Amino acid sequence: MKDNATTAPPLLEIRDLHVHFPVGNKLFARNRRLLRAVSGINLSLGHGECLSIVGESGCGKSTTALAVMGLQEPTSGDILVDGQSIIGDNAPGRMDRARIAQMVFQDPYASLNPRQTVHRSLAAPLRLHGTPNSEIDDRVADILKKVGLLPEHGARFPHEFSGGQRQRIGIARALILGPRILMLDEPVSALDVSVRAQIINLLLDLQEDLSLSFVMISHDLGVVEHMSDRVAVMYFGQIVELGRWDAIFARPTHPYTRKLIATIPDPDTVLHPDRDRRAGKAPEPPAGYRFCPEDIGRPDVYSVPAESALIEIGPGHFVRCATA
Amino acid sequence: MNEPVEHNAPLLELKNLHVGIPGRRGSVDIVRDVSFSIMPGEAFGLVGESGSGKSLTALSLIRLLKKPLKVSQGQILFKGDDLQNLTDRAMRQMRGDRIAMIFQEPMTALNPLKTVGRQIAEMFVLHKGMGWAEAGRKAVDALASVHVPAPEERVRAYPHQMSGGMRQRVMIAIALACDPDLLIADEPTTALDVTVQDEVLKLIAELCAARGTAVLLISHDLGVIANMCQRVGVMYSGRLVEERDTYDLFADPRHPYTKGLLGALPRLGTRHGAAGRQRLVDIDSLIKDRDTLLQEFCFEPRNPVRDPRLRAGMAGGVE
Amino acid sequence: MRRFNLNLWLGGVLTLIVIVGAVFAPWLTSLDPVFDANLMYAEEPPSGQFWFGTDEQGRDVYTRVLYGARISLTVGIVSQIINSVIGLSLGISAAYWGGWWDDLVNGLTNVMLAIPSLIFALAIMAILGPGLPSLLIALGLTNWSWTCRIARSSTLSLKGQGYVQAASTLGYSDIRIMWTQLLPNMVGPILVISTLGIGAAVLAEAALSFLGLGIRPPFPSWGAMLTGARELIVIAPWAAVFPGLAIFVTVLGFNLLGDGLRDYLDPHMRTRQQ
Repeated sequence: MKDNATTAPPLLEIRDLHVHFPVGNKLFARNRRLLRAVSGINLSLGHGECLSIVGESGCGKSTTALAVMGLQEPTSGDILVDGQSIIGDNAPGRMDRARIAQMVFQDPYASLNPRQTVHRSLAAPLRLHGTPNSEIDDRVADILKKVGLLPEHGARFPHEFSGGQRQRIGIARALILGPRILMLDEPVSALDVSVRAQIINLLLDLQEDLSLSFVMISHDLGVVEHMSDRVAVMYFGQIVELGRWDAIFARPTHPYTRKLIATIPDPDTVLHPDRDRRAGKAPEPPAGYRFCPEDIGRPDVYSVPAESALIEIGPGHFVRCATA
Repeated sequence: MNEPVEHNAPLLELKNLHVGIPGRRGSVDIVRDVSFSIMPGEAFGLVGESGSGKSLTALSLIRLLKKPLKVSQGQILFKGDDLQNLTDRAMRQMRGDRIAMIFQEPMTALNPLKTVGRQIAEMFVLHKGMGWAEAGRKAVDALASVHVPAPEERVRAYPHQMSGGMRQRVMIAIALACDPDLLIADEPTTALDVTVQDEVLKLIAELCAARGTAVLLISHDLGVIANMCQRVGVMYSGRLVEERDTYDLFADPRHPYTKGLLGALPRLGTRHGAAGRQRLVDIDSLIKDRDTLLQEFCFEPRNPVRDPRLRAGMAGGVE
Repeated sequence: MRRFNLNLWLGGVLTLIVIVGAVFAPWLTSLDPVFDANLMYAEEPPSGQFWFGTDEQGRDVYTRVLYGARISLTVGIVSQIINSVIGLSLGISAAYWGGWWDDLVNGLTNVMLAIPSLIFALAIMAILGPGLPSLLIALGLTNWSWTCRIARSSTLSLKGQGYVQAASTLGYSDIRIMWTQLLPNMVGPILVISTLGIGAAVLAEAALSFLGLGIRPPFPSWGAMLTGARELIVIAPWAAVFPGLAIFVTVLGFNLLGDGLRDYLDPHMRTRQQ
């Protein structure tokens, strides 16, 4: 990866993002608590990069994605695209925002309007954004070919397609306006193994051909290792480890990352029990620090997280620690 | 746990099982000619993609196929007796007592209106003829055995008050309450987070090993199967295409579909260097050739003498 | 294969009979419901000439029942359209936007559900005075709460779906999302509740007209016909029985149709292979 930070602003930058939800009784304020879904996320995405955010359900990875998409109002913090804030007063309008980031959803059965033909689902956004009518059919046919479908498929309704084909249509819709960033929300976890492989191949081909930039949300570390350039591991609202994919997978350091990697059911452990990732000595935290949070059993999403920081332990490899 | 007892008779034996929709001109079979056996105490995995017939195979064992699906041919021998000859009443007695099940979504399998303690106790009352008081005490023990913290209090909890992982533990407690001979687990951890999945799988393995319960584990996840089972059957479009010891299967997959499946999986540690990804195998290109192969094979299901060409294909001769 | 849906068929046939009767009334009878009064034939029992008998003014009950169907259906359908428009716009927008607007609509819906709609309609009629237009307004304003409830709950479940979120990120305006993404996907349940609503409106029209607040005599509303026939119930029961039967058949027809549609549109009732 080139170091974009020194030359130009990164494509996407998330600065100290917080998203809190009030929970509890609406009328009686004293019963209200704040659920801290995201507490202080800093991330950046370079041009042409694939950044994966991994973690388990409730860790805030989807909330972060929705905030970038403009579907979730952040409580505080800033999100910048090419150095320009897209939050608050300087926020671009609906139409400009649509060209910044688009999303590929997890469930291919819920992500397409069952009452619209594929052509209509793809043509309507183009029409909305002022593409001349003469170009629309060509653009739709073109994008369908790019995702491995036939232009004739446009006349069909979603229920006539398999899960994998639907996901291709979902990718086509996300690409139709030519967005800067593609947000992949568990793009293959609802698919069968064989279809999963096809979609992963397709995404990687598209990334190369169209020089796309991906932010991928996933809990499937096999997919993450295969696709990512950099990986951020989230645990209950915070990033606990961040680094290049090879650093994260070869030298997982934070206890939570290690636990996550150790618990993936990996068929290769049958063949190479000696290479078992569960074995191996846990690395020590950097001198003068302890890992934070230390106890990864019982997270508390309501209280303010303890004072901690991401400490660099290798080039571009950060681990969340608190001073010992 | 790793040495299946050779001299014993199999606990469960499927012989040429066909499941299908009965029609005027014979049954349209969805599961075709599936045969395998499970030894007492053994963990057998059935792996396949959606629509491969792995769940139908399991449901047919315990007679929970939904209409209009029926077992159209074949035998299901449990301890030597064909389960199909049992009356519905005897089958109900068998379910939960000798053969237990865990399903994917614990929220729908548990009754939301009853406490979990009551639901566990029911198993003792129903199958062991205990009184409610005694059954209630046994329920606490059962919850403790699946490592639910504070079981004395948790017996009074309702399913919605528990997390997904806890609910699946309760399901396991219910399933294993009567010390069944066989546990059928259909995608038991698919709805769970990976760290919780790991705990639940370990729990199933540990409890079944301790009690000598055989497991039929159904999953789409090769990793889960590899870590849990001694033997694996791979299903594709209603057929068992390969059935081997787990190590052999992963070390040297023979059937082209199995090879494709293993190649399609982004596996940890397979990527080397900055750009060193291997392109994942696209099974579809394999299937096009194989489908014709399977098809010839399918149209003569009632003929026990199989086409030698295909037999070679099944055994691994086809590339 | 789908099970035979008795409700759908029976409801459909009954409803169709009523609709045919209303639409083709002039071809199904040669008489006029209002002006063909002949005291010579007053209170005649049903016969070959007067199939349903005659009333106290010698008008043919069969003719009046046929023309009455026009009024009943007009009131039923038009008022239900008004109800649907109100219920859908409030329900969808409340669920989609949430916040204080949702609280307000919710409160309003609960109030509407708490007030018996007939009493509410009575009050509106008392202010507006009798007649067809005020009847349409009264019934159209008082029966939207169920539609609103269903639209709201459908929206709540649909709005998390990928395609609704995608539409939002693609730059669709909220109104466009409601119109193109949400509304088409709740047609089923809305159709069901609207069909049931037509039945309820027909009944309410009859009740209001019976009380003298709806359609005024001599126009042949079934409810008004019942009022007229009330005093003759012993001498000429047919004058009350047939309009009553017409109300019964119409309301039953729409209710069965609604139930049948619900079963028909409910995916759980179909054996579908995933």
